[in-house]
Amino acid sequence: MPERTVAWKPRSENKVLGTYVDRIDGVEKATGRAKYSTDINPAGTLFAKLLVSPHAYAKIKSLDVEPASHIPGVRSAYIFPGREPGGQILFEGHPIVAIAADTPAQADDGIKAIKIEYEVLDHFVSETDLAAAYERGRAKPQKTAQEGDVGAAIADADGTVTGFYGIHTITHMCLEPHGSHCQWPAEGELLAHLSTQNVSGTPNQFAQPLGIDAAKVTVSCDYIGGGFGSKFSADEWGVACAALSRQTGHPVRLHLDRATEMKIGGVRPSGFLDVTIACDADGKITAWDGHHWGTSGPDGGTINQVPYVIIPKNRRVRTTGIVTNCGPSRAWRAPNHPQACALTDTVIDDLAAEMEMDPYDMFLANLDLVGSDANEKDVYRRGIYAAEMEVAAKLMDWKGKWKGRGKWTEGNELHGLGMALHTWGGRAGGGKCTVRIRPDGTVEAMSGTQDLGTGTRTAIAITLAETFGIPVTAVKVNIGTSKYPACGGSGGSTTIGGVTGPHRRAGLEALWKIFDLVAAKFKVDAGTLTAVDGQVLSGDKKVCSWPDAARLVGPMGLEVSGEGPKDDGLTNDQVAGVQMAHVAVDPETGITRMVKYVAVQDIGTIINRKAAESQILGAMIMCIAYALSEERIMDDVSGRFINANLKDYKLPRIGDIGELVVELYEPDSEYSRGVVGLGEPPVISGGAAISNAVANALGKRIPVLPLTPKRVLDTLSIA
Amino acid sequence: MQDKSQPSRGRPSFNRRDFLKGSGAAVAATAALDAQREAQAAEEKTVSGSTKLTLNVNGKDHEVTVEPRTTLLEVLRYQLNLTGAKDLQDVAVDGADTVMIDGKATYAGTVLALQAKGKQIRTVESLAAGDKLDPVVTCFVKHDAMQCGYCTPGFVVATRAFLDKHPHATLEEIRAGLGGNICRCGTYDGITKCSLELAQKGGA
Repeated sequence: MPERTVAWKPRSENKVLGTYVDRIDGVEKATGRAKYSTDINPAGTLFAKLLVSPHAYAKIKSLDVEPASHIPGVRSAYIFPGREPGGQILFEGHPIVAIAADTPAQADDGIKAIKIEYEVLDHFVSETDLAAAYERGRAKPQKTAQEGDVGAAIADADGTVTGFYGIHTITHMCLEPHGSHCQWPAEGELLAHLSTQNVSGTPNQFAQPLGIDAAKVTVSCDYIGGGFGSKFSADEWGVACAALSRQTGHPVRLHLDRATEMKIGGVRPSGFLDVTIACDADGKITAWDGHHWGTSGPDGGTINQVPYVIIPKNRRVRTTGIVTNCGPSRAWRAPNHPQACALTDTVIDDLAAEMEMDPYDMFLANLDLVGSDANEKDVYRRGIYAAEMEVAAKLMDWKGKWKGRGKWTEGNELHGLGMALHTWGGRAGGGKCTVRIRPDGTVEAMSGTQDLGTGTRTAIAITLAETFGIPVTAVKVNIGTSKYPACGGSGGSTTIGGVTGPHRRAGLEALWKIFDLVAAKFKVDAGTLTAVDGQVLSGDKKVCSWPDAARLVGPMGLEVSGEGPKDDGLTNDQVAGVQMAHVAVDPETGITRMVKYVAVQDIGTIINRKAAESQILGAMIMCIAYALSEERIMDDVSGRFINANLKDYKLPRIGDIGELVVELYEPDSEYSRGVVGLGEPPVISGGAAISNAVANALGKRIPVLPLTPKRVLDTLSIA
Repeated sequence: MQDKSQPSRGRPSFNRRDFLKGSGAAVAATAALDAQREAQAAEEKTVSGSTKLTLNVNGKDHEVTVEPRTTLLEVLRYQLNLTGAKDLQDVAVDGADTVMIDGKATYAGTVLALQAKGKQIRTVESLAAGDKLDPVVTCFVKHDAMQCGYCTPGFVVATRAFLDKHPHATLEEIRAGLGGNICRCGTYDGITKCSLELAQKGGA
């Protein structure tokens, strides 16, 4: 038997892997044929709407849903568990009742007919005001972690910066709101078309509250309209939808309206920081003494990972969570990292300005503080940062353009440069798959994963096409239902490694079985066989066509299972990444214009270069959004999220992004690492890089993100 | 709660004439007759309750049933099963519900179905007939101008309508002209490149 090892091919032998491949479901998406949970339309489908609390903190005194039953078209009502009279409301938008009716407007009429009284309690929604949180008893006990001698390091320092920094809460703003379409195709059997990042993990979340067997629940999600970490759960409104369907005997759809989506569909929590940072005369950072706080909502959590990437040896990190009546947080693309980066790399940039150093040089001088000396991957990453900074600086012409703070004016605009560093794990998620080779050579793949838009289907197709030497279009990829072999949820940049690993393993096992059959039939050495361009070759000599080889498996075809992750080198974790921004600020209007924005990113082995670049471009645009405009604004008086609509919650439009430059850093040393996830890393350092660029332009720091025109003008008006 | 529909001003099942007939009293006959005439006169100007309507969508006439408050978007999605145009549950701001009405890019959620009577309505579904795809669709795929894809059909229609009107658009015109649509995944770069490529070929 030939010696066989699971691995990716040597780089030079790849035909499709790592190239620019069109996504195989692109036409479906661009023509509207792709069906999302909102688009499931069987006859008789009812529309469900929610009664939600207008108060941030309250008790339900009385609730009468009976008047809704007299509204034409209204079919049924569902009271959320715990929202009966006496139940507590912990944030605005908390769902209370769901009503199903024949049309959306009739469901609204039903909601309006419900009679409810609240006992309004004294809410607290301030995220920035730590003193008020202490006064109101809303601050959780402070946690402190300490290393080295902070006091002595600060006393001995040649340069220090002391300041306040912050980054506000943002929402997930999935364009397809959270929700589902539920029906009961047979007694006791639920089919839920759920907008979910977690096809395999959600059936049980329906089954338990509905009192049915998980085996009787199918969750289906062919396409999801936006999932950035907030769609892992069936959610109580998903259960309500299924219950209303069971109660009425009709299919029911229930999706959150936009305002409710923004209030309760998940947010990325805020972070605020009081800090002193210190360095020696060469710009080597010697100390960090910080206290950061923020809120994840009623549970009072706050962010971690501060300081970020560059970890001073002498440090004191104090952390305080605040319990608020703001809508609860959910994992938001790279949880903690964008905030931690915005609270660290801005401080380092200010320290560079204090020392009259180019921040590029200061970051470079402190790369030995990346992670810990004891961690091999951290030490490896130090070299990657240095290499990526060099690439990014060339693309930006950093050294050619760099001027000190407040020294670059062109026309009416103030220009500036900024940079920041990030990291992410991106380990492959758990997952299984089945790969079938039909006797005619066609290949099918089945796995209970999903496509958030990263191109999951295409990554699987590329993996199997490369393995069997067939075109990408010859692979039929089946995902998006809990009926297929279970896969982990798509979060934390775990999916591409999580699906390509198992499919490569299963594919190789199938290929080797077929090679053995070919070897026996054609009297060749199985160890010399390869599958390329629709043929099976021995050395460079054709043995047979791929369909001829596949036919040898017999009329039943061949079916192989794959799983992962495994420690066989197909996947890996830990990436670096550098971003640099060039902005122009109009001091009259306060508007910041993106001029050029560069991202350099390592991701190990690249599966689909086109999709990888798209991921990074998309993340950069998300960075522009949270750096410049998007922010949840809570009103202290009413306790309400006052800009919970797409008009007042500002996202960039197509004209707001400037020139975006993406460079995938993939020398052979990266190719040989194996696949590492890419979803999160590029969304991390843009906020800090843009803030640093604006500080460079204005000559002073705007302390908190987003850098709205008002904050720009306020900062400029301070002498 | 937000909804594109107008709130109900009356109960759809309420029928004034039946109610008056039911009252039956002879002394009220004159008053009832007057009321009936009034109601009939009002009906000629005002539509209330459910009514049937013919809409021309993608070149074909369709009979649909609407209330005055029913939007074109609701009819397209839930009666004609043309689900390419999406409902983001917000009003007049996102463009995911973009369709063409007499050639003009329009948010279908801001148009009442009754207002669309007699107009030529085109949805994203009209840009693909089997394997024959509009160049905008092909070019979106080529430039990977999509991720989750939820905003994509609206953007495709907006791009088609924009290029029909500005077949030689410049980069700056594209940036301004496609500003009516929102994408959360961040696909603007691909959409810009796609539009620019098509504009350089005369709008294709």
